[in-house]
Amino acid sequence: MSDQQEAAFEFHRVTVVRAGRRVLDEVTASVPAAGITVVSGPSGAGKTTLLRLCNRLEIPDAGVVSYRGQPLDELDPLALRRRVGMVFQRPAPFPGSVAGNLAVARPDTGTAEMSAALERVALDPGLLDQEARTLSGGELQRMCLARTLITGPETLLLDEPTSALDEQPKLVFESTARALAAQGIAIIWVTHDDAQAGRVADRIYHLRDGHLTVAAAGEARP
Amino acid sequence: MNNTVSWLGLAVSLLLAAVAAGISWWQRLGLQREILVAAVRALAQLLLVGAALTLIISPGRSIWWSWLWVAAMLGYAATVARRRAPDIPNLLSLALASFTAAAVVTLGVLFGLHVFPLTGRTLVPIAGMMIGNSMTATILAGRRLTDELRDKRDEVEARLALGQDSRQAATPYVRAALRAALTPQIETTKATGLVFLPGAMTGLILAGTAPLQAVLVQAVVMFLVLAATATTTVVIALGLIRRLFTPDHRLMHLPAPADH
Repeated sequence: MSDQQEAAFEFHRVTVVRAGRRVLDEVTASVPAAGITVVSGPSGAGKTTLLRLCNRLEIPDAGVVSYRGQPLDELDPLALRRRVGMVFQRPAPFPGSVAGNLAVARPDTGTAEMSAALERVALDPGLLDQEARTLSGGELQRMCLARTLITGPETLLLDEPTSALDEQPKLVFESTARALAAQGIAIIWVTHDDAQAGRVADRIYHLRDGHLTVAAAGEARP
Repeated sequence: MNNTVSWLGLAVSLLLAAVAAGISWWQRLGLQREILVAAVRALAQLLLVGAALTLIISPGRSIWWSWLWVAAMLGYAATVARRRAPDIPNLLSLALASFTAAAVVTLGVLFGLHVFPLTGRTLVPIAGMMIGNSMTATILAGRRLTDELRDKRDEVEARLALGQDSRQAATPYVRAALRAALTPQIETTKATGLVFLPGAMTGLILAGTAPLQAVLVQAVVMFLVLAATATTTVVIALGLIRRLFTPDHRLMHLPAPADH
């Protein structure tokens, strides 16, 4: 399959040391530019660090991270972050309305485009004028996803986006992400929830003690 | 008409320090010794400064001695700022830059536009007021900005992840810090004359200056302090942003302060 061959991210001997500990230890791997790639592993295994390297909120102490064949330190970080969006574990709404939040991503976004972004993440466009901080946890996390979609990313980084959500909003988020993947957005999804990994992943990588390994076929969803 | 305080008068006024110490003794606060030491120390420091100023601003003395004094005050204020807020990175050089910027702006207006004649007698006290008031605002702005960026790291990084550059991503927190640092000065300015009589004016009136003249001087001093605090805080805030973010727009690790 050609989409399996094109890589979104490539890690070459990537090492990250924090407070004397090797959080990532010479990780070498390739993440395809299609479907949902789940990175699973126990907490503290370095999953979040791996993700933060991908849009350069952190840089490795050694090794090279490349996006679509180009080393990240040769790319403009601001442009990279618009091509590679990120949704964090804890939703971080900005003060103000939902529309105001979406406008942070791109100030000239029109109402129609904002409504479309909310619909893509299964939110009611009627929420645009609502104060963002009054949304429920599930709505808030999907608003953050919509905010990221406004920048038109090719790739999404999801850092345990449903860890604070109940079962129902968790499933809504998962189907939203699957729909985005079907629309051609490559997703790297970090989770420690094996059941979730099985539901959403096209492929699963395990991160343990700073080492990344590809899981056996069959763990991912059929 | 000039009112002067005699040495005897000064000695008698020490009775007032004794009253404070007496209250401490009566209420068993255990502060008697500290009160007396503080009073004597303040007196000694003031006398020393008075002697130095007498030398520096005496007629016929070169104005360069006064400029040297101002430079020493700038340097000293910067070290005090750093000592009082050790958790703010690089505060020494930033404070020095911000006090210098405020000095250029305020002294430039007051002396460049001939509000006061440029002499040692005007330069040294005006620079002193400017630096003293700026120092508090500088520490307030620097600490608030560092705290905001540390406590709201999630929000700041969410902004960066949306492709904002570090300047844009920091803007809401810079605003909050500048407001917090400037608001007390604005409140003081509003209340001046109604709630309290400020020091410069009180001193002038006591020394025998006509009240209207004292008021005019005080008004100038107030505007000086406003401009100085606004200038220092904005320089500190924008300077800190350059140091708390990397050139490739990452927010640096900000350790929590040990205490405060």
